Amino acid sequence: MFHKAIEFSNVSKRFDNTGYNAVDHVSLAIEEGEFITILGSSGCGKTTLLKMINRLYEPTEGTIMLFDEDIRGVDAVKLRRRIGYVIQQVGLFPHMKIAENIAIVPNLLKWNKEKIDARVDELLSLVGLEPQAFKKRYPSQLSGGQKQRIGLARALAIDPKIMLLDEPFGAIDAINRMNLQEELLCIHGGLKKTFLFVTHDINEAFKLGTRVIIMNEGRICQIDTPRNIVKNPADDFVTSLITSSRGQGRFWEEFD
Amino acid sequence: MNYSDKLGKALVEHLEIVVITLIISLLLASVLTMFAVCSEKLSKVLIYLFAVIYSIPSLALFALLIPVTGLGKVTAITVLIAYNQYLLLQSFIAGLNEVDPAIIEAATGIGMSNVQILFKVRLPLSKRALFAGVRLAVVSTIGIATIAALINAGGLGNILFDGLRTMNVYKILWGSTLAAGLAIGINALLSKIEKMI
Repeated sequence: MFHKAIEFSNVSKRFDNTGYNAVDHVSLAIEEGEFITILGSSGCGKTTLLKMINRLYEPTEGTIMLFDEDIRGVDAVKLRRRIGYVIQQVGLFPHMKIAENIAIVPNLLKWNKEKIDARVDELLSLVGLEPQAFKKRYPSQLSGGQKQRIGLARALAIDPKIMLLDEPFGAIDAINRMNLQEELLCIHGGLKKTFLFVTHDINEAFKLGTRVIIMNEGRICQIDTPRNIVKNPADDFVTSLITSSRGQGRFWEEFD
Repeated sequence: MNYSDKLGKALVEHLEIVVITLIISLLLASVLTMFAVCSEKLSKVLIYLFAVIYSIPSLALFALLIPVTGLGKVTAITVLIAYNQYLLLQSFIAGLNEVDPAIIEAATGIGMSNVQILFKVRLPLSKRALFAGVRLAVVSTIGIATIAALINAGGLGNILFDGLRTMNVYKILWGSTLAAGLAIGINALLSKIEKMI
């Protein structure tokens, strides 16, 4: 049996001093264990949609349910501890060692030291970094890709059922990005968590997503598996996205 | 009392005013900063209020307070605390707010409360800016406390103003050299510490 992990009912978000809805009457349901990618150009409302799930933004109207519970009724800090959150800029704490960065929430929850140490090692291995080599370093001693691995480990620390990832690989070079995408798929497969991954890169969205949400101007154009979207694009915007991506493919073929 | 005893007494009085002023100033500024980081509106109101007070010349402010708190140390310390609030609040609030917004967003997103973010993230990351504000307040307090001798608060200003009244060059030199030396010396010391933290 599948559970509904996330459900939006008629959700809109209008920011103060703007004349339009950044997210416009969105309804959708996401089942537990899905890897959903949200694709759209900048300003389409994809990040706003994501940030309403962990209440960094409050919806102007509509309701959001996580596992059949209205998130408005949950204390925002408690809610966020049930949801992992990873952003493009990572936002590691520069004054703390890697181990302290990963253990920040376990520490706030007063886990005992052995449990924290074991968890840090486990998470570092999970994100492909050798625990002994990295635990005692500071964020400034890490490459961009390594930093984002730590960002991922930190978000996974207290085993949230839902992970929100906001263009996590947006600032990472192509090769590292490929590796990180593969590893993220492995992590998702091994953990049975629900992932929501925002990106503006169509290749990334179609490669990672079990289903892809395509957004334009605050509305959802289409939610479906990558294969179905390519087969039956819902509207002109989706068609143009696919056409432009195919155009890039042809550009590369010219070099063969 | 011989000459060096008088100088010593004035120096001790001066330091006493400075230390009491700073302890109360720091406590007050910390509390006000806590409120100010919660509300941007309040932080603007506080800064504006203390900027107005700071713009009043010290002698005028002393004079304004004499009917309330009388001549002496209490008035001097009250005025010095009010001045320090402007210097401290401004640097505290600016320091806490200049922490990279991405770090704050990540901290909020993983479930840290505002108070936890303040103590575990904002404070440690802005400690140098905070300390610079404290140094500024110390040096300014040492300087303005000299003028407080005019309202019977004692301190190094006593020697200086005595000298001026009696046209005693030695007293003028001793008073001004000690006051300036104290400010310069402590500033140099605090600057060193600031680089180490």
